[in-house]
Amino acid sequence: MNPRLYPLAATIAIFLLAWVICVMQFPYMLSTRVVGNLLTDNAYLGIVAVGMTVVILSGGIDLSVGSVIAFSGVFIAVMLRDTGLHPILVFALLLVIATGFGAAMGWLIHALAMPPFIVTLAGMFLARGAAYMLTIDSVPIDHAFYDLLDDAYYLMPGKGRLTLIGLVMLLTVSVGMIVAHRTRFGASVFALGGGEATARLMGVKVGRTTVMIYAFSGLMAGLSGIVFSVYTSSGYPLATVGTELTAIAAVVIGGTLLTGGAGFVFGTLIGVLTMGLIQTYIVFDGSLSSWWTKIIIGLLLLAFILLQKGLLRVTMARVGA
Amino acid sequence: MLLTIRSLTKTFPGTKALDGVDFDLAAGEVHALLGENGAGKSTLIKCLTGAYERDEGLITLEGETISPRSTSEAQELGIGTVYQEVNLLPNLTVAQNLTFGNEPLRFGMVDRRAQLRQAEAMLEGYRLDIDVSRDLSAYSVAIRQIIAIARAVALSGKVLILDEPTASLDAREVETLFAVVRGLRDKGLGIVFVSHFLDQVFDLTDRVTVLRNGQKVITERTADLDRVQLIEHMLGRALKDDVVGHAKAHQAGREWPELLKFEGFGRRGHIAPFDLSVGEGEVLGLAGLLGSGRTESAELMFGLAAAHSGAARDAKGTLDLSSPRKAIAAGFGFAPEERKEDGIIADLSVRENIALAMQARRGWMRPIPRAEQQRLAEDYIEKLDIRTSGPEQPIGDLSGGNQQKVVLARWLAMNPRFLILDEPTRGIDVGAHAEILRLIRQVTAEGMSILVISSELDELIAVADRVIVVRDRRHVAELTGSEITTDTIVHAIAAPDRDTTEVLA
Repeated sequence: MNPRLYPLAATIAIFLLAWVICVMQFPYMLSTRVVGNLLTDNAYLGIVAVGMTVVILSGGIDLSVGSVIAFSGVFIAVMLRDTGLHPILVFALLLVIATGFGAAMGWLIHALAMPPFIVTLAGMFLARGAAYMLTIDSVPIDHAFYDLLDDAYYLMPGKGRLTLIGLVMLLTVSVGMIVAHRTRFGASVFALGGGEATARLMGVKVGRTTVMIYAFSGLMAGLSGIVFSVYTSSGYPLATVGTELTAIAAVVIGGTLLTGGAGFVFGTLIGVLTMGLIQTYIVFDGSLSSWWTKIIIGLLLLAFILLQKGLLRVTMARVGA
Repeated sequence: MLLTIRSLTKTFPGTKALDGVDFDLAAGEVHALLGENGAGKSTLIKCLTGAYERDEGLITLEGETISPRSTSEAQELGIGTVYQEVNLLPNLTVAQNLTFGNEPLRFGMVDRRAQLRQAEAMLEGYRLDIDVSRDLSAYSVAIRQIIAIARAVALSGKVLILDEPTASLDAREVETLFAVVRGLRDKGLGIVFVSHFLDQVFDLTDRVTVLRNGQKVITERTADLDRVQLIEHMLGRALKDDVVGHAKAHQAGREWPELLKFEGFGRRGHIAPFDLSVGEGEVLGLAGLLGSGRTESAELMFGLAAAHSGAARDAKGTLDLSSPRKAIAAGFGFAPEERKEDGIIADLSVRENIALAMQARRGWMRPIPRAEQQRLAEDYIEKLDIRTSGPEQPIGDLSGGNQQKVVLARWLAMNPRFLILDEPTRGIDVGAHAEILRLIRQVTAEGMSILVISSELDELIAVADRVIVVRDRRHVAELTGSEITTDTIVHAIAAPDRDTTEVLA
């Protein structure tokens, strides 16, 4: 097997193993209901993690996405409360804003040669502050269209519900896989992650690609914000604090190299589902503190970083020999 | 002529990197471009590949004047370049690397199968049997180099520039690479070959152009040259009195009290174990071509690389030279060759740059009082005649020669017993050159021992009491007193390899 597939294989193996352990203890976890809920509950995280994967593949980081999700929720809620616009129009407007916001950060990163960490950190505060500007309260969304979205699902055999937002997440992952692995833009992203100077020598338009990468991440954060607002039927400026870090964790557990240049969008989906599975297990158990989720995620992260370091060393040793 | 360059000139602040250089490349020839560091090779190549814009001169390709402004523009014109290492991405597959930017598309998506076919077609004729769907990092540097050539040829196809392509290859890999290069030459490509391995130059190339200090020295058929002539052209031989002043009055038989002794000091892959004794107040010269092991010797002595074997002693006992900190504690100093990268901190002031090493030795717990720093800086600005608007001027604004003087001041302020200067006069003007040589003589008269590494033979002859010749990462000869002449040094450098083995056997 190609060594670049090892981290992905490890992710899938860990996920399956975790599931087998869960099912042995709680056979009901094999049901489609649990599967359906897993997809629904983690839809917003899965979507934003796709954007994060592309950013991390390019060697960057986007800390603003959690705030952008919160801003999106508040923006939608306030717009629906105060104007008569149809939700679809509000969604379109929001996606333009979120994409533009990401593009602006990408442009700053390139034009000023600033580290993405700093620029997106500023973006994080900016988006969170903008959400507070709109409202400081939780604003409920009460719209017939939202009821429609909420009730849209496909009943799987076994009465599990594949909800619309779960489906949107799966579609987003598929689109992300094509963008990252099957387009010239995706090739440029990997090239940037492999080394900017070399990428430039090979003819990558560095500026344009950087802007597109962060615009894509912004778009994903906006979409995730829409999904989150459907999921919670409200907008709250204090929502999704720290989601950017959860997304980064999912990307790394999914086998993407944090330094960029290697990884898989599909692995990110598995990373998100692994984290969701641990959460589900704790809910099933009932007696465990939910903090165990964090501890296990921490351990998994550590394990993957060690795996990646080990792989790097193996590859180096073989080339050197 | 495929490619003609006429009176190419490129000036950087403080230095003329290229000064009216002419260069011709015929289709179907391999043309070596030689010269020491700073001779202008890389500037010439960067003007060709669009990394730099030339100030003056003319470049014509197949009769048309060209002025590429970027690497990709040069590529489209037909000039492809393969650098030593950085031109492909190890995290992509071979096929992705080869087709990057020209991926076959189907419905807007990359057609993987067509991509593999295209990559295999590009590698045809290179006698490589590899799986193009594997990551590039799975293959050795030699194979990567050939893949890089295949990509450059496919994209450009007229002129191929090979910039030190063999630096990290072993002998058999070099042969494989050369077979590929000869094949391309026979297909009618013009190939520029940059290398500091003279054997390879004689083995592969049809003509040679030597650059020195930004000027063309000669262009000659390789077959008409021998090693000695070539090295003379590269290092220069005519003594320039105005630059170096009077050659050192060599006091035959003069003995220096021994200060340091290195015994069997060496590191695998860097420099073979050598013995060296350093006298108090003596100036040692280290001569050899670029890549011969000069800088490696110095780095080992200063603890930048740990020695695998041997030991260093002084009168009191064994010295610990395992890190620069310990070397400094032992009274060593080192002014590196890459002044801009390793020697100065451009944003800090002259005063801060001078106080740097001294502060490092005292530790951050005991800062040097500002007044003391000020006194030190003013003292050395006067003593070394550093041209600056004052101690607070950022060192980056100074000319090369004055930067070098600040670096010297930093070490002189430490008053080391053994100071290593790697190419102390690189990239500085004639006047400053003479002053630095005068300074070296002055401080050694006061008892400091100095090791000078230089590509300028005249310089070594002018200051050194003893010259060590380095070749192929070995110390091969030691010349003292009246033995130190251009001829003896050049012959020691040029001696073919088999002589070395006999001497060492």
